[in-house]
Amino acid sequence: MRGILKSREAILALAILVLLALVAMRFPAFILPGNLVNVLTDTSPLIILALGQMVVILTKCIDLSIAANLALCGMVAGLLNMAGVPIVVILLAVIVLGALLGAFNGLLVWKLGIPSIVVTLGTMTIYRGIIFVLTAGKWINAHQMSPEFKDFPRAILLGLPVMTWIMIAIVLVFTVLIYRTPLGRAFFAVGGNPHAAVYTGISVGRTQFAAFVIAGTLAGLTGYLWVARYAVAYVDIAGGFELDVVAACVIGGVAIAGGAGSVAGAVMGALFLGIVKNALPVVGISPFAQMAISGIAILVAIAFNARSSRPKGRIILKQAEHRVVEGSA
Amino acid sequence: MSILRKTLTTVALATGLIATGAHAEPMRIALVVKALGIGFFEAANKGAEEAAKELGDVEIIYTGPTDTTAEGQIEVINALIAQKVDAIAVSANDADALVPALKKAMDRGITVISWDSGVAPEGRQMHLNPSSSALIGNTIVKLAADHLPDGGDVAILSATTTSTNQNVWIEEAKKVLPNYPGINLVGVVYGDDLADKSYRETQGLLQTYPNLKAIIAPTSVGIVAAAQAVTDAGKIGQVNVTGLGLPSEMAGHVKSGASKSFAIWNPIDLGYSATMIAYHLAKGDAKAEPGAEIPMGRMGNVKLDDKNEGAMADPFTYDASNIDQFSSIF
Repeated sequence: MRGILKSREAILALAILVLLALVAMRFPAFILPGNLVNVLTDTSPLIILALGQMVVILTKCIDLSIAANLALCGMVAGLLNMAGVPIVVILLAVIVLGALLGAFNGLLVWKLGIPSIVVTLGTMTIYRGIIFVLTAGKWINAHQMSPEFKDFPRAILLGLPVMTWIMIAIVLVFTVLIYRTPLGRAFFAVGGNPHAAVYTGISVGRTQFAAFVIAGTLAGLTGYLWVARYAVAYVDIAGGFELDVVAACVIGGVAIAGGAGSVAGAVMGALFLGIVKNALPVVGISPFAQMAISGIAILVAIAFNARSSRPKGRIILKQAEHRVVEGSA
Repeated sequence: MSILRKTLTTVALATGLIATGAHAEPMRIALVVKALGIGFFEAANKGAEEAAKELGDVEIIYTGPTDTTAEGQIEVINALIAQKVDAIAVSANDADALVPALKKAMDRGITVISWDSGVAPEGRQMHLNPSSSALIGNTIVKLAADHLPDGGDVAILSATTTSTNQNVWIEEAKKVLPNYPGINLVGVVYGDDLADKSYRETQGLLQTYPNLKAIIAPTSVGIVAAAQAVTDAGKIGQVNVTGLGLPSEMAGHVKSGASKSFAIWNPIDLGYSATMIAYHLAKGDAKAEPGAEIPMGRMGNVKLDDKNEGAMADPFTYDASNIDQFSSIF
């Protein structure tokens, strides 16, 4: 199993290097360290959300409300800031709110058994609608935000902005969560084979609920980062971003049918997409062709991954069977 | 009982009519807006009141529905017809849905014009556009050129590749470029009216064109995102962000210096001009017909084209000197 995993991530890493080389041929300044840090920072929200989406997809669900959750939490962060609430409290508030919004999705999926795509399509509209209710469609603009509010994600710490450090911290936490905790293994088990998971004593619904709460929490946090970075909050921020997040997961080899994926894959999938997004404006390709090109890049990356996704599910199953045997022995 | 009530009502009405008839009757002009409580229209009302004061014998009825629906406006218009106002100046929520109600108003001798957001030609006598595409195209180039006495590279950050408004304005801007020697348009990029994409496109422009002197963003999402990207890149003072935006959204970026100036139609002037036009048409000293010129007080004259439409003026320019005054309005 290790071998396949490693080789797949290796292919993706190679694809990223090839992509960087192609971009550098047209625009050498793109691969200067300073610019690569910019790209990494710009991609941080996508990486964070892709990790959240990954655990949801691992459990055979999908969270389409992730960008709406981000927008709502970002708007609440902006409103709290206008009310003079300190940053620490705002951070806590958006994390809790994001978790609650995620939990709402999770409860509907768990307790009512509604397919997640339907639930999150609905809550996506509800969450955006709530922003309308809160603000009557008004914007929160740069001058209405306090300098501390805008500066926190930008502050440079050991050469990297705080936003990037937050992303790195989350990646590390996720690595431990996914590979070193029972919950992490439960995500794979539930997605790989729900029936087998039940026999091993894992509650499918509860695991899916946990996945939605994690995704929601990350979306809430990213909401603040997003609003502070672009210094503007309105109903439509991050419109359509949920699809970028799903695309990043799929590029990263997270099987859309659940049960297969890796932290490194999701991070690299997001990076791949982030590099494409940042490179297109500078490589001098007609804006009319850009959309098609980023679509083709996504498809090519997925085509690479699709071939190796099938045997992997079986391998996980074997492992799960293995564990049942061990447990009963 | 019902007879008594009828009689009383009639008496009351008659008294009311006599009472109003006794005064030198002021002309009543109704300013019908898309919805109440929108800063842009509140500002237009200020302009209308200014015009009323200047004209002397005019009373402004500022009204509109509570939400931006055509149904709401139709109710409002029917109520105004019942009140027998002299003129209705409307910014429509729907170009066609209001036509029957407005036709009814015109049949009763009420002057009807539309402004800001137009009504189909059969539902109004004329339409006042805030500005024309040619004026806007010229203004956005001029905004950049005004701060570049020695010329330099400029780029345009637009909305989507298919936005009709922006595409027309950019076409017009390109036409007037030869009038601004030294101003060199290096590229047009599209931020899709998304804050993050506009931000990224701006970063791309800054990297691709190190000598870039100005970014013109004729879209309110784009101009804010571009200003933020320039700020974050530490290029305030080197790259001026300009274009079309709203004062309330741009106030911070004008103060920081990321944007030296930008433009948008002034709602106060628009309300003022609409009132002036309605007054002259209702009074009968001007006629709404193709080629006609209708006076608009301090705003000069508006010339009507073959569709009975006219453009008010250049977009109004905002900079550090007047941003505070307007940022609280819209």
